Amino acid sequence: MIPVIGLVVGVTIGLLLQPTVPSALQPYVPIAIIAALDAVLGAARAYMEGRFDDRVFVVSFVSNVAIASIMVFVGDQLGVGSQLSTGVIVVLGIRIFANSAAIRRLIFHA
Amino acid sequence: MRDRLGKRSAWIVALLVGLLAFTMTVQWRQDDETDDFSGVRGVELAELLKSLDATNTRLTQQIDTLRASRDDLRDSNESTAEARKAAVERANALAILAGTVGAEGEGIEITITAPPGAVTASVLLDAVQEMRDAGAEVISLNGVARVVAQTWFLDDDAGVRVSGRVLKPPYVMEVIGDPDTLADAVTFRGGLADRVEGRGGEVGVEKRQRIRVTAVADAPEPQYARPAND
Repeated sequence: MIPVIGLVVGVTIGLLLQPTVPSALQPYVPIAIIAALDAVLGAARAYMEGRFDDRVFVVSFVSNVAIASIMVFVGDQLGVGSQLSTGVIVVLGIRIFANSAAIRRLIFHA
Repeated sequence: MRDRLGKRSAWIVALLVGLLAFTMTVQWRQDDETDDFSGVRGVELAELLKSLDATNTRLTQQIDTLRASRDDLRDSNESTAEARKAAVERANALAILAGTVGAEGEGIEITITAPPGAVTASVLLDAVQEMRDAGAEVISLNGVARVVAQTWFLDDDAGVRVSGRVLKPPYVMEVIGDPDTLADAVTFRGGLADRVEGRGGEVGVEKRQRIRVTAVADAPEPQYARPAND
């Protein structure tokens, strides 16, 4: 219940404040969002499998976001930013699909 | 398999999920609002610019091609119009020569009055020949017979038969050409006037600024002759 409250509060704050993303961060935000989504889905899967650990969740969330952003940053510096961000998104997308497949199996047993 | 989250875990999860929701909302709105290229990477901008450049070049070439073909069409249109004008002028000249259209211009009107039988076909033919020598461009007799290359003259009981039409005296000859030269050609010593007067007739010559010839000749389709192409 409490995580749902967090979700609602986050959306509400975003809608109310309507902040602009600083242009320096702009290339990283979409990647960071995908990385965070991956972490959240992984946490949901772990919760349903009964082996959720808040420490693991926090670490995976932060490190996912950080590593994704750093990879994009390094890629930009090396001149392969768009390719590297595509790669990161592909990998994270695969993980998101795998996690949701596991969750689906747990819920529907199919 | 579902154990309750501890209070601490629940709050941490809520915090992180809230953070994610907040960021997503912000980014979502950002995408909705911005239509400029501030979020695009330099490399992508360069690609965009390059493709725009290529499109621009292609369109410029297209414009050049279309403009050239437009100029071509305009030129050919003009030359067609010129050729058409020349053809019309030529057709007009030939039509006057062949006697298939009416004609007007300065010239003289010759009236030949004579007792019946005095003016024969040969007299009229000589008169026509005289006028041609003097540069006559159009000749008609009594307003009905246009004299052209195929015209023939024949004596008839009632008068003179010209290309099948019977003409009766007095004969009125309308001639388009230089009036002075034509008048001289009628009145010179031993000419048409002397010849008619010798037969007891009279010749009147009247110079006119405007003579209108409405008589036209039949233009038969040539049966044997064909244009020769060299």
